[in-house]
Amino acid sequence: MSEQHYEKYYVPAQSPWPFVGAVALFLIAVGAGNFVIETTKGKEGYGGWILLAGMAVLLFMLVGWFRDQIEESMSGMHSNQLGRSYRQGMSWFIFSEIMFFAAFFGALFYARMIAVPWLGGASNNAMTNEVLWPGFEAMWPLVQTPGGTTTEAMGWFGLPLANTIVLLISSVTAHFAHVALEEGKRKQLTLFLGITILLGLGFLVLQVEEYVYAYREMGLMLTSGVYGNTFFMLTGFHGLHVTLGTILLIIMFFRVLKGHFSKDNQFAFQAANWYWHFVDVVWVLLFIFVYIL
Amino acid sequence: MSTAAEHLHHDEHHDHKPSGIKRWLYTTNHKDIGTLYLWFAFIMFLIGGAMAMVIRAELFQPGLQLVDPNFFNQMTTVHGLIMVFGAVMPAFTGLANWMVPLMIGAPDMALPRMNNWSFWILPFAFLILLSSLFLEGGGPNFGWTFYAPLSTTYSNDSTALFVFSVHIMGISSIMGAINVIVTIFNMRAPGMTWMKMPLFVWTWLITAFLLIAVMPVLAGAVTMVLTDKFFGTSFFDAAGGGDPVLFQHIFWFFGHPEVYIMILPAFGIISQIVPTFSRKPLFGYASMVYATASIALLSFIVWAHHMFTTGMPVAAELFFMFATMLISVPTGVKVFNWVATMWRGAITFEIPMLFSLAFIVLFTIGGFSGLMLAITPVDFQYHDTYFVVAHFHYVLVTGAVFSIMAAVYYWLPKWCGKMYDLGLAKWHFWCSLISVNVLFFPMHFVGLAGMPRRIPDYALQFADFNKWISIGGFAFGLSQLIFLALLIKACRKQGEAATDRVWEGAEGLEWEIPSPAPYHTFETPPVVK
Repeated sequence: MSEQHYEKYYVPAQSPWPFVGAVALFLIAVGAGNFVIETTKGKEGYGGWILLAGMAVLLFMLVGWFRDQIEESMSGMHSNQLGRSYRQGMSWFIFSEIMFFAAFFGALFYARMIAVPWLGGASNNAMTNEVLWPGFEAMWPLVQTPGGTTTEAMGWFGLPLANTIVLLISSVTAHFAHVALEEGKRKQLTLFLGITILLGLGFLVLQVEEYVYAYREMGLMLTSGVYGNTFFMLTGFHGLHVTLGTILLIIMFFRVLKGHFSKDNQFAFQAANWYWHFVDVVWVLLFIFVYIL
Repeated sequence: MSTAAEHLHHDEHHDHKPSGIKRWLYTTNHKDIGTLYLWFAFIMFLIGGAMAMVIRAELFQPGLQLVDPNFFNQMTTVHGLIMVFGAVMPAFTGLANWMVPLMIGAPDMALPRMNNWSFWILPFAFLILLSSLFLEGGGPNFGWTFYAPLSTTYSNDSTALFVFSVHIMGISSIMGAINVIVTIFNMRAPGMTWMKMPLFVWTWLITAFLLIAVMPVLAGAVTMVLTDKFFGTSFFDAAGGGDPVLFQHIFWFFGHPEVYIMILPAFGIISQIVPTFSRKPLFGYASMVYATASIALLSFIVWAHHMFTTGMPVAAELFFMFATMLISVPTGVKVFNWVATMWRGAITFEIPMLFSLAFIVLFTIGGFSGLMLAITPVDFQYHDTYFVVAHFHYVLVTGAVFSIMAAVYYWLPKWCGKMYDLGLAKWHFWCSLISVNVLFFPMHFVGLAGMPRRIPDYALQFADFNKWISIGGFAFGLSQLIFLALLIKACRKQGEAATDRVWEGAEGLEWEIPSPAPYHTFETPPVVK
């Protein structure tokens, strides 16, 4: 880029939204903390209401911040350089999300490969088993904990497999939507984006059904020892990310209907798409390590 | 055209600063946000320091006299959390905010609004943490490392607030790091190639990578603590098939890169200051870059050296011992390069240089005690004694904190446009230097003799040393008030006007702009030759 062609990097003027967002996170943290204490310890308080207020403020902030952002983008204030900043920022954000899941995958592998076998007497832990947990047998899925809680293991066939297929197809349709945008085919773009959203919602419905089945029919619960812990925490956080991804895609859908995005101006769409692919990859890993193996 | 576009147009022509409180609440300016971070960090440093004073007052004599043990535990816990997440990390982020755009010729940080968000959530996070001290049952009392089951089975209810405040600190760090990394990748002026970047920028680039990689792991760890305590999971409970040692693995997978997050920017600062006052270019620039990257990569495979006594297979203990000792190689390269930079230089001893020299000597002492701790069989004796406390205070106080002070003394004239009060600065340096060694050096002795950490009372034979440690502690605490006075004077714009270059031997883009730095700089990027 030669010097006279340097596009000025857009540094926004003052904005109230980050501070509003800080207040929102404050209310959410205080509310969530108190809500957890109150619900699990049976205390009286306003935690839930503070949490809801925080969410409302967060929503208000997101609407305002996004509106400013979209206005700036549509009035052509974003240079290519700024677009690169956004894309790189989003990539690093997704990397941080991967590391968040890595913590829980790490816990899964540690419990499965080290903690449970040791409790069963593996390595030099014969006396741990003999004295502390007599009669405990190491196994995975851990359907009987050393403490004696029993549960059932979730199979991979049936609902989980169906969910895998749903999410995999949604990743393909998301990609088709992007291709359609690149080629300027707006109808196809709307269609494929719509299908992706429906598949995402379908995944969430099936996931809820699976949870209900696990709790009611199988006795597999969050409290069912480390197998249930890792199962629900991994699939649960994944489900939250699918929810967020679906919301992002829905916002993109309405923006597409309003005629936003083009080959050269599509950061938000691309970011939502990347996020969707990321959620999909995490699910494939989940399916392999939580369900099949 | 939207209103935002009009603002843009407006800002282009005027170097105007918005006035009043809104300037600070709604700011998108990297210099304002840098200032906010730095003041916040300093206030947290004083609050965390006040807690250290409580600890040292209780330990002045053997026996329980001033505070009850539960409160003592809360003080050690919150002192650690505040100093790590509230003082050292925000201070480095503040320095990055101020200096990285100036050093690479960028108009601002890459994502200015998110920059504001990363800052303003921090005071709220610490408000939650500090207010939990006043709740029924008290605040967190399980040590800043919040080992399970202390933080799960045996903790009080305020743990939920602790968990969510740590979440917010993590979100803040991640957003701050994303901003730094994207700024460095994307905002360098034409000609500012990778191997021309100032070392402070290099070290922060690598630090930002570490932050994005490990802060989410900390989020995972606190989440598991939350569900174990409140929702009946058993990640860290053997009865459910989990393992308390799993907590330590996850925590230290975060925790060890975290300690480099707190020292790599310090290496960068020292690498800026030493050449300036030696009037020579930095010796071994490329090797400094590679050494920084090596330290960062190694930091991911050494975490279990914090857990030698918690029960691991011998093969693992050996692996972590050797991997840890390997880190002394790139660190040694750095110390060698700083010394070689000074070799035959025309050295002068201005305040930043004094702090840097103290850093090099005292950080090296902390590094050597780290090597001692890395040796598994002897660590069995040192583990959880005051020797460990001495070690990490040498690397964090005379290391990280001294480097931050050096940085402030180095760049303050650029920020304020005035030279600070040199008399006060000298008093601050010498009082700090002497008292910090009275404070931390005897900790090595009581630690080797077996005094355990995090205990409000101790055996009589440690009384004399502890008296001296406490005296050093109070003196070090008071010395920081000199720094406070100096900073207030500087902010009131008292003193002689500083030149643009400020220091005779200073090199780099930040010295090409006027002092004080205008509100907006490098709106059109400079060309670096």
